[in-house]
Amino acid sequence: MKKKDVILAACILAIALGGLLFMKTRDHQKGSALNVMVDGELYASYSLDEDRTIRLSLDGGENTFRIENGSVRMLSADCPDQYCVEHAAISADHETIVCLPHRLVLEIRGGEEKDVDA
Amino acid sequence: MTSEKVAKIGMFTALAMIFGYIETLIPLNFGVPGMKLGLSNIVTVTALYVMGAGPALAVTVLRIFLVSMTFGNMAALMYSLAGGLLSFLGMALLKKAKGFSVVGVSILGGALHNTGQLAVAMAVVENIRLASYLPILLIGGTATGFLIGLASARIILRLRKAEHA
Repeated sequence: MKKKDVILAACILAIALGGLLFMKTRDHQKGSALNVMVDGELYASYSLDEDRTIRLSLDGGENTFRIENGSVRMLSADCPDQYCVEHAAISADHETIVCLPHRLVLEIRGGEEKDVDA
Repeated sequence: MTSEKVAKIGMFTALAMIFGYIETLIPLNFGVPGMKLGLSNIVTVTALYVMGAGPALAVTVLRIFLVSMTFGNMAALMYSLAGGLLSFLGMALLKKAKGFSVVGVSILGGALHNTGQLAVAMAVVENIRLASYLPILLIGGTATGFLIGLASARIILRLRKAEHA
């Protein structure tokens, strides 16, 4: 391991930490709505104020998620990797849960109720 | 191309495939989608140093196609190809630059591999917000790249000794 190796590793880690800090500063706002995106298009939108369980039947397969107390988590999915089910619940603006095999993204929107899309 | 080269590329490709298979047997969960140790990168790094960029690229591309067709699917092929090629390009260039060791080259490879795969994921779901996974994937790639680099450095040393013996 040479000096330049250490500098390279430090640079990559600095970029990563910078990114993490940047997200910490803007991800704190509580979200107000959940956008369901399929193939990059808005598929449906739900308010976070109302607790409910939603089952989606998509071309790729089935996903079931639950909105409860302002946070969202994936209950089940018939995809092979199950990363979306293992993902922690999301509640803050800009947080996402992704089900890559089904090209599905759940994303939290809006810190303020009337906030226009940034 | 000499027959020795052909034989070596074949052997390295076979090794890379086996490493990829062994990796699936290790239940190592980093808690981050898509994160893995990247054992077959040991073969790419070693090939880069023992045989040079051309043969190493051949080994990498062959391994990706063979593994994806045998154990994976088209989606797996896309992710592997993006990660593998970006990582290879970075490593080949960094090796040419002066002052970096095998470990540094491997660290860049690990970080770029994850970056390439994330880029494909972002294109697949057409969502820029996936970029929020980049920091954690960069940290993971640096860590696995470091380990893979240490292992590769030892292997390269022994292979060189064996060749001169």
